[in-house]
Amino acid sequence: MDAQDLSGFPLRLEGDAVPMVSFRKVTKSYGSLVVLDSLDLDVAEGEMVSVIGPSGSGKTTVLRMLMTLETINGGVIYVDGEPLTHMPRGDRLVPADSRHLRRIRAKIGMCFQQFNLFPHMTALENCMEGPVHVLGLSKKEARERSEELLAMVGMTEKRDQHPSRLSGGQQQRVAIARAMAMRPKVMLFDEVTSALDPEVIGEVTNVIRKLVAEHNLTMLMVTHQMGFAKDISDRVCFFYGGRIEEQGTPDALFGHPKRERTQQFLSAVREAI
Amino acid sequence: MSYLEFLGQYGDRILSGTLVTVLLTVLSSVLAIAIALVTGLMRLSPNAVLRGIATVYIEIFRGTSLLVQLYWIFYVLPLFGVTLEKFTAGFVAVGMNLGAYGAELVRGAILSVPRGQWEAALALNMTPARRMIRVILPQAVLIMLPGWGNLLIELLKGTALVALIAVADLMFQVKQINGTTFLSAETFGTALIIYYVIARFMITPFMRWLERAMQRKLGRA
Repeated sequence: MDAQDLSGFPLRLEGDAVPMVSFRKVTKSYGSLVVLDSLDLDVAEGEMVSVIGPSGSGKTTVLRMLMTLETINGGVIYVDGEPLTHMPRGDRLVPADSRHLRRIRAKIGMCFQQFNLFPHMTALENCMEGPVHVLGLSKKEARERSEELLAMVGMTEKRDQHPSRLSGGQQQRVAIARAMAMRPKVMLFDEVTSALDPEVIGEVTNVIRKLVAEHNLTMLMVTHQMGFAKDISDRVCFFYGGRIEEQGTPDALFGHPKRERTQQFLSAVREAI
Repeated sequence: MSYLEFLGQYGDRILSGTLVTVLLTVLSSVLAIAIALVTGLMRLSPNAVLRGIATVYIEIFRGTSLLVQLYWIFYVLPLFGVTLEKFTAGFVAVGMNLGAYGAELVRGAILSVPRGQWEAALALNMTPARRMIRVILPQAVLIMLPGWGNLLIELLKGTALVALIAVADLMFQVKQINGTTFLSAETFGTALIIYYVIARFMITPFMRWLERAMQRKLGRA
């Protein structure tokens, strides 16, 4: 991380409505290529925010930075009021050490485009792995928690199968259960339906609908499923060139996009369908 | 003397040499695997000192002759106060040498575990050590097994050099027999066949079995 002046950033966010996730002037670049340019984005507790935009617009990077899979070059990310990328030392912020990262990261879960289940473990073992080996739950507790979640995603019958024996949609449902088993406050979905055959997309989106309905989770979702984003989001952000070009309620953004680039993108997407 | 008479007379010594060779192979393999694992992981460490030590180790043991290393361990180390019994010196030299080759196998296999697996383990908030032990290594083992099959055969053949420090292995015994009988074709022919049989009918099937067992664990078989 480049040396930067962090004096303007609070040590923690306080007040009545502290956002669950807050990006403050976050910049990410690879060499001279700026992927995210001074991004400001707040996500309230329990809010479902969809991120759309053309490829290369920086939308996946937003999730990856929040999951600490990518470092940031400038700004601060806060989770649940506390800085994630930094930690307070005395009266100033310094880059977070691995201990701090682990503590804050525990609040975040993520599902990936390619599922990334552990191939040497069954569906149930995939779900139990984190609770047993990271949270320190007993095997019995972890098993109960995992079985409950596998039931929620409709995978009880396949719980003893290895991922290689599961379809893409089934693997993604297990991956959602695995992430939920860690009891995160924030869930990140990174194009979770992009690698799926069209006929099984519904089984995954239905699980996400269920999460929205039944849990008070804060969610950030990068997606190409415009219809799905429109249905379930509280807010939609359209990314273009590393910035939020336009954001609003699904009705406003999809029904009456104000910016020309949003209109172009949405009409291009509609043509593709 | 017919070949059967030859076997009748010298079979005991050939058998005892074979057992020593097998024992050497097993002990060297265990040592080589342990060294390969530790050195391979050190090569991937974020710590530059650990990386440096591993690199130097691999360069020395891969870049110089096994025979010279064997002589060093047996004849030179005592000058520094470290005296190893010849059998020990033998399997330590072979194990350390092949361990250096194995380290690169371990490193390569770990690096070829898909990136998504590392990321999923991080997303579950695993510590780097736990991620390596629970997620990456089990998958890396399957990737590196075919390479280890080759390496263990190399190792078996490498053990023949310990005859040169008078460890009574198969090679040592047949050399002795040849020295008194001059039946070179019978003695070295028998040794040739025994080495081949150990490699082809013991090591290779064992590695295949291991591969299948690992694949079953991944639900692929």
